[in-house]
Amino acid sequence: MKWIGAALLAAACLLPPLLAGDFYINLASQILIAAIFALSLNLLVGFGGMTSLGHASYLGVAAYLSALLTSRYGWGHGAAAVISIAGTTAMAAAFGVIALRATGLGFLMITLALSQVLWGLAYRMSDVTNGDNGIAGLTRPMPFGISLDSAASFYWFALAVAALAFAMMAIFVSSSFGSSLQGVRDQPRRMAALGFNPWMIRWITFIYAGFWGGVSGLMYVYYNKYIHPTALSTTSSAEALLGVIAGGSGTLGGPVAGAALVLLLKNYASAYVERWNMVLGLVFLFIVLVMPSGIVPGFGRLLAAWRRRWR
Amino acid sequence: MQFWIIQGLNSLSLGALLFLLASGFSLIFGLMRLANLTHGAFFMLGTYFGATALRQWSGLNIWVTALGAGIAVAALGGLFERLVLTRLKTNPLGQVLVTLGMSFIISDACLMLWGGDSIPVPTPQSLQAPTRIFGFVFPTYRLVLVACAIVVAIALYFLLERTRLGAMIRAGVDDRQMARAVGIPVSNLFTLVFCLGAGIAGAGGVLGGPILSAYPGLDADMLPLALIVVILGGIGSLLGAFVGSFIIGFIYTFGTALFPELAYIILFLPMIVVIAFRPQGLFGRVGA
Repeated sequence: MKWIGAALLAAACLLPPLLAGDFYINLASQILIAAIFALSLNLLVGFGGMTSLGHASYLGVAAYLSALLTSRYGWGHGAAAVISIAGTTAMAAAFGVIALRATGLGFLMITLALSQVLWGLAYRMSDVTNGDNGIAGLTRPMPFGISLDSAASFYWFALAVAALAFAMMAIFVSSSFGSSLQGVRDQPRRMAALGFNPWMIRWITFIYAGFWGGVSGLMYVYYNKYIHPTALSTTSSAEALLGVIAGGSGTLGGPVAGAALVLLLKNYASAYVERWNMVLGLVFLFIVLVMPSGIVPGFGRLLAAWRRRWR
Repeated sequence: MQFWIIQGLNSLSLGALLFLLASGFSLIFGLMRLANLTHGAFFMLGTYFGATALRQWSGLNIWVTALGAGIAVAALGGLFERLVLTRLKTNPLGQVLVTLGMSFIISDACLMLWGGDSIPVPTPQSLQAPTRIFGFVFPTYRLVLVACAIVVAIALYFLLERTRLGAMIRAGVDDRQMARAVGIPVSNLFTLVFCLGAGIAGAGGVLGGPILSAYPGLDADMLPLALIVVILGGIGSLLGAFVGSFIIGFIYTFGTALFPELAYIILFLPMIVVIAFRPQGLFGRVGA
């Protein structure tokens, strides 16, 4: 059963470039990027019990760093990518020290405040970030001399990065460290009594999540070839959080499904209505009130019930 | 000298507005353990209501308008609390997400109804003439605004510390289950406090109108300031909200005047210092 699912998933990943037109291939690339972003947030929300409302900081900062280094200072993509990811990870380490002084709602408010400050900076420091105009005219990298400018080639690139990200995060949560993280989520005081250091475990997870958030930011700026302060906005953080929660936090498949759902909804909705934020807000209300545990666990329960019935 | 005095007054008036926003936020958080992310949207809604009313009927008194808009926003908040938030009593994360969703809905609805241009709110006629104190000229409206925040602070203090209702609210803050056990209708208190907080934010929005004017994104500008105030002052503490508002008012105003590009980073610093040494905030209690 599991193998059939995996084969179906692999087929679904391989199909878009073979069958569909550029529009759908690009949509699939965007879903992959959003999935990396949602997976990294899920490390905090689902496995660590730390609900962050500022995860767009890492996506946005990595994207801005890469954009600035390549377009303004004429760096190559390789060096710019390394510095962007390293810078974003270092920022996550610093933000983690601040935000992890609190837990629960205090943590949420601090992450939100920090990301709003970055958003404000991106808007106001217009001689660095170009303010509301954003930074346009960026290029995609050429790994091993292969151009990524066509929709299909970028899709393969995004698929490879997303698969790597998925595997790395799957290993992370299923390792003994991942188990201790889930222990800290559920019973921090018992874990402390057992000799674990809850703060350190949370901090390392925070940095790791920031790292993958930065990777998704690089992919984001490569895909769009453009960066605007909205990438750092609360809406951007909230979309990812909605993806995680709609899909099912604390599962590996959930954020991928949720991110795909949010992205498809956004594309579909913006074709018909102008008001994406309104739709996003309504979906938030709907998901939280109607299926608080998310689609993937809900579907899993359905499947289990169905199996019991036919056995 | 004039620069410092005027900027000082601007700081005080921004602090006054922040207090009107943060006190309700803090009150709601203290009692309900709910980070109400709709609070910025309530403030903005108040500003738009005030702008519309004051432009429609030119003779309208700003205090009456603030009261009316406050009641309207309070009613909306109460409805939201009763219809949505009470269903999520056991799910604090869900509550936060729902308030976030609601803030998106409100801010988008405002954009739809009032358009993307900013709408200036006229300063009331009687307060337009500047006041002279010791030879310095002050905009009267800002002075009145500061006085107004102090009046609200004192009123809230008396409500919480000197009335039966306040005693019930404090009991709910300290131990919700025990309060329920001795017969305090905690869920009605929740609605009441939520209405009160939303109402103060809505009225504050009207009063802030002549200074800030109504524009889309006002909520996103004000909410982080209120969050920083509350983190700084201590979550759930009225005194903390009061002191924090004026600290942030000063830092933000002088930051923008002296180092316009770095104002946002300067906002960080007091927050980081306080979180490093007193994670519960200046006036917060441990475990509260």
